[in-house]
Amino acid sequence: MDDLKYVFSYLKSYRKDLILAIILVCVECMFEIIIPLLMTDLIDVGVPARDWGFLMRQGGLMVGCAVLALITGLMYARFAAKTANGLGAQLRLAQYKKMQEYDFQNLDHFSVPSLVTRMTTDVTVMQNAVNAGLRPLARSPIMLFMGIGLAFMINSSLALIFVITAPVLGVILALIVHKIGPLYNKQQAAIDHVNGRVQEDLTAIRAIKAFVREDFETEQFDEVNDRLASASLETFRNAVLNQPAFQATMYITVVCIMWFGGRMILAGSMTVGDLTAFLSYVLQVMNSVMLISNVFLMLTRSLASARRIREMLEEKPALDNPAQPVTEVKDGQIDFENVSFKYTEKAQKPALSHVNLHIPAGATVGVIGGTGSAKTTLVQLIPRLYDATEGTVKVGGRDVRDYDMAALRDAVGIVLQKNLLFSGTIRENLLWGNQEADDDAIWTACRTACADEFLNRMPEGLDTDLGQGGVNVSGGQKQRLCIARTLLKHPKVLIFDDSTSAVDTATEEKIRTGLAALTDVTKIIIAQRVTSVMKADFIIILEDGQVHAVGTHQELLQSDSIYQEIYDSQMKGDEEDGRTA
Amino acid sequence: MAGQPNGKRPGNLKKTIRSFGEYLGHYKRMLLVVAVLATISAGANLLGTYMIKPIVNQITVDGSIAGLTRGVVTAAVIYIIGALSTLGYTQTMVRAAQKILREIRHNLFAHLQTLELSFFDSQRKGDLMSMFTNDVDTIAEALNNSFATLIQSFVQVVGTLILLFVLNWRLTFLVVIGYIAMFVYIRYSTKRSKYYFDRQQQYLGEMDGYIEEMVAGQKVVKVFNHEEENLNGFIARNEKLQKAGTSAQSYAATMIPAVVSISYINYAMIAVVGGIMVIMGWSDLGSLASYLVFARQSAMPINQLTQQGNFILAALAGAERIFHTMEQKPEVDEGTIDLVNVRQDENGNLTVCREKTGMWAWKDESHPENQLVPLRGDVRFNNVTFGYRPDQHILSEISLYAKPGQKIAFVGSTGAGKTTITNLINRFYEISGGTITFDGIDVRKIKKKDLRHSLGIVLQDTHLFTGTIADNIRFGNLEATQEEIERAAVIANADSFIRRLPQGYETMVTGDGANLSQGQRQLLAIARAAVADPPVLILDEATSSIDTRTEALIEKGMDQLMEGRTVFVIAHRLSTVRNSNAIMVLEHGEIVERGDHDELLAQKGEYYQLYHGMFELS
Repeated sequence: MDDLKYVFSYLKSYRKDLILAIILVCVECMFEIIIPLLMTDLIDVGVPARDWGFLMRQGGLMVGCAVLALITGLMYARFAAKTANGLGAQLRLAQYKKMQEYDFQNLDHFSVPSLVTRMTTDVTVMQNAVNAGLRPLARSPIMLFMGIGLAFMINSSLALIFVITAPVLGVILALIVHKIGPLYNKQQAAIDHVNGRVQEDLTAIRAIKAFVREDFETEQFDEVNDRLASASLETFRNAVLNQPAFQATMYITVVCIMWFGGRMILAGSMTVGDLTAFLSYVLQVMNSVMLISNVFLMLTRSLASARRIREMLEEKPALDNPAQPVTEVKDGQIDFENVSFKYTEKAQKPALSHVNLHIPAGATVGVIGGTGSAKTTLVQLIPRLYDATEGTVKVGGRDVRDYDMAALRDAVGIVLQKNLLFSGTIRENLLWGNQEADDDAIWTACRTACADEFLNRMPEGLDTDLGQGGVNVSGGQKQRLCIARTLLKHPKVLIFDDSTSAVDTATEEKIRTGLAALTDVTKIIIAQRVTSVMKADFIIILEDGQVHAVGTHQELLQSDSIYQEIYDSQMKGDEEDGRTA
Repeated sequence: MAGQPNGKRPGNLKKTIRSFGEYLGHYKRMLLVVAVLATISAGANLLGTYMIKPIVNQITVDGSIAGLTRGVVTAAVIYIIGALSTLGYTQTMVRAAQKILREIRHNLFAHLQTLELSFFDSQRKGDLMSMFTNDVDTIAEALNNSFATLIQSFVQVVGTLILLFVLNWRLTFLVVIGYIAMFVYIRYSTKRSKYYFDRQQQYLGEMDGYIEEMVAGQKVVKVFNHEEENLNGFIARNEKLQKAGTSAQSYAATMIPAVVSISYINYAMIAVVGGIMVIMGWSDLGSLASYLVFARQSAMPINQLTQQGNFILAALAGAERIFHTMEQKPEVDEGTIDLVNVRQDENGNLTVCREKTGMWAWKDESHPENQLVPLRGDVRFNNVTFGYRPDQHILSEISLYAKPGQKIAFVGSTGAGKTTITNLINRFYEISGGTITFDGIDVRKIKKKDLRHSLGIVLQDTHLFTGTIADNIRFGNLEATQEEIERAAVIANADSFIRRLPQGYETMVTGDGANLSQGQRQLLAIARAAVADPPVLILDEATSSIDTRTEALIEKGMDQLMEGRTVFVIAHRLSTVRNSNAIMVLEHGEIVERGDHDELLAQKGEYYQLYHGMFELS
């Protein structure tokens, strides 16, 4: 329930609307209580007195009350909707801001789909809880106490029946709610399994068809589908018990009241009119208890969503800006001083251990190594996407932790391995590098990245609309656009994390030549192909998170076993290829 | 209680109801039980309420404990029946609902499996997923809440009306007018609210899309310090959604107060008119009093009906999307030719047999007199033309052949049609002209399932399923023994890395193989094809960056897999094209050059250029 409290604290800026909504519900309640009283007057006083004027007046008053009830009802609707949607908007905004504060480490911790669910479905669940729960929660206690109070006024000894049965109903319903909590979790897990299966199936539909595994997949699906059906059955079988429980207690109450009330009438201590009036409160009292329990049932259901939202909002960003940040990066010199790094504290083996490197400003450096040798990890420490666990990473001669993060990342341009273009035009995407860039600047960057040749062939050029995730360009084209986008930043350090893997060697060579012209920019190039790095000033060979060797192409070819092996495997028997590269 | 209906409305209501009715029809008996018990329960409730008056009256008339006891016992019996019926119908309904939902999910999934690939190309995965989550959910909501409530409310409305007619038929006309006014209002209001809900839905979609894109791209956002601009984009969408949501929900929430107020006004009118009637001597005061009690209760079920109506419409909108998908035509399969196990006798004659012989032949079911054609792996394209849409030509007039055991490589730039050609052999898509033959048989005459069994495929992206490594390899051949799986892994060069995993072949693969490297996934894909052991192979060489050592492993695995099979390969590596019997150079859907490596280099044409620039690997 703490989680719910936490989430509902975001109602703060809508407190006024919330209070107004509650007041309006109460006022609406009042009118609804007054109308039957007016009616009693009309029948008991107006009709026997044959007073037409009184009749009309009471009738008019009733219509007036109905209209007022309508007006308060409409106003309530407005304020309640404002409150609920306000909560949703506030939560989403807080989550989005929080997500932007996240570091790579936090982003790794939550997966993308999980973050998306927390910001969409879970928020909607909370919003609906407020929207649907507010009215009964404000109204039912009034109706409940009003009903019991009036019953006591009519006949206090008979009203004791309520004092027993209403709590009994309350306890039964509370037990049901209590029992269902864990069942909902079980059901949710079953739903996740079904969704997981469907997702896998849709992603791999080609393989499924190629291997004629349609029936097999359906069988697999049936397994999780059956599990979901039985988990849901268990949950709902318990959930719907509240209806017969409600009816049973209500009927028992009615029968008791009739029995005891009947005896009182026989004994002359109660009138018939009082008994009928008394009975009319039974429904009101019991219904109120039921409605309150329904709200709790709904809140139980939304508990999981509240917990997920809270987790996301309470996640602490791993990195923060220093108190007096340095905003100017002097040059592109890079130093690693005894740097070790672990992705999580619990990780047994460090991803990087004891790395010492010195890269002078303006140098071109190649990084090569097998899968899992931590090439990506190494370069991600430079723009401070992660913090080193031990040791110091320096850019421009200063510890990266001294810089303002935005300034550092502006100075260090990195083309990520898993790169993305966003929906919008090509121009909009390129402008991410520099909002003020004019067409000349854009085309210059595109020429260096060799993106101009295909852009020129597109009828709409820079204004070509990319679908979501950049679907309208091929892999090689996408990589070149991502390079151009980074070039527009005019960084002092430029990092390519395997950024030309889908570009053909001839074009790659052209890009390299273009980059060579940027003499004051430090260039770090991660690659799989020896040809991509052999012209670098020096090459770093990584092996298992450690620097295995550093040297020029010629030096490494002579002295380093790993480099020789890589070179041989790529160049073996390809004399012609060696010639052209 | 279970949240708010989302305000979506079905387009073709009648058709959807009819289709949905069929599902309900499968559980006729259970639903009938629900209907009967719900009616009894509602009846008991009504009767109980209306019994109070006579019971109380009897007490005063009789003035005896016996009379009281009789009355109370009668009421208790009615109530017990009512409460038990409620218990019965709610439990039965829950059971029926889960059965129906399970069937819908099953049918939807099973049907999706039969659809053509072009269907999946044209749909966003998110939309298909949403049918299993959101749409099925709204149906569940409606089944759980609305079906029985609808019956009960209906019984109550009709029951109350009958009672009111009996008590005072003149005044009841006023009640009917009130009902009509409420219905008119509800109809009008529902139509209006559709506008608001559509708008809310649209903004919700935009918001969700933006969140999805930005969360997925957050690492790039950070690298570019682009948080501020994005926040502005987010706030704009968030505010738009908030406004639209507020107006949609405040509009929806006006329904109940409006209906209640109409009922009160109606109530006041009845009271005044009734009062006049009493004054005029057309009615007596006592019956007017009880009439008014009932008249007041008559509005309650209308409220319920309104709420349930929204749930049901939302559910039908979801059901419509599901049924629409289920109406999509499955893949055409007009083939009659099967692949059968055969045995060869000394004279070279083939006979069909049951046991696994490792020898296969094509058998025409519809023409059993025809000879068995041994499966050899001879594939020919004769003037094949293809487009994804009728007005489009992706491939034109492609002719080529691969004799058993030959290796054909396709090279060419992105979009030249390499992948498309390979997709036609196993009939992922239908050709629009020409023929493709397999062992001399038109592939359209072969049953799709048998055709695809005889073709192995290694795609660029390897998708793994939740399960063990062994399960994932077994996907290629469900009957494979552990031994066969391990042999396939050895062929694919995957055995050594698998053995180094903590649980070896029993290691669980989760999240599409997130715990495996790209290279390891590729090796598993090769093993999957190896365990299927098909005579013809289609390979799409991976372009994704894999370190050299793993790549060498993959290369060796591929080579071992290709041995003795007919192979079509979309080549990205030099060694592959060099070892091919023929290379097809594709450009704009046409074969512009063909020959082996040396011939093509000597021509100094397109291939020569491609070769010296290596290949655009995208």
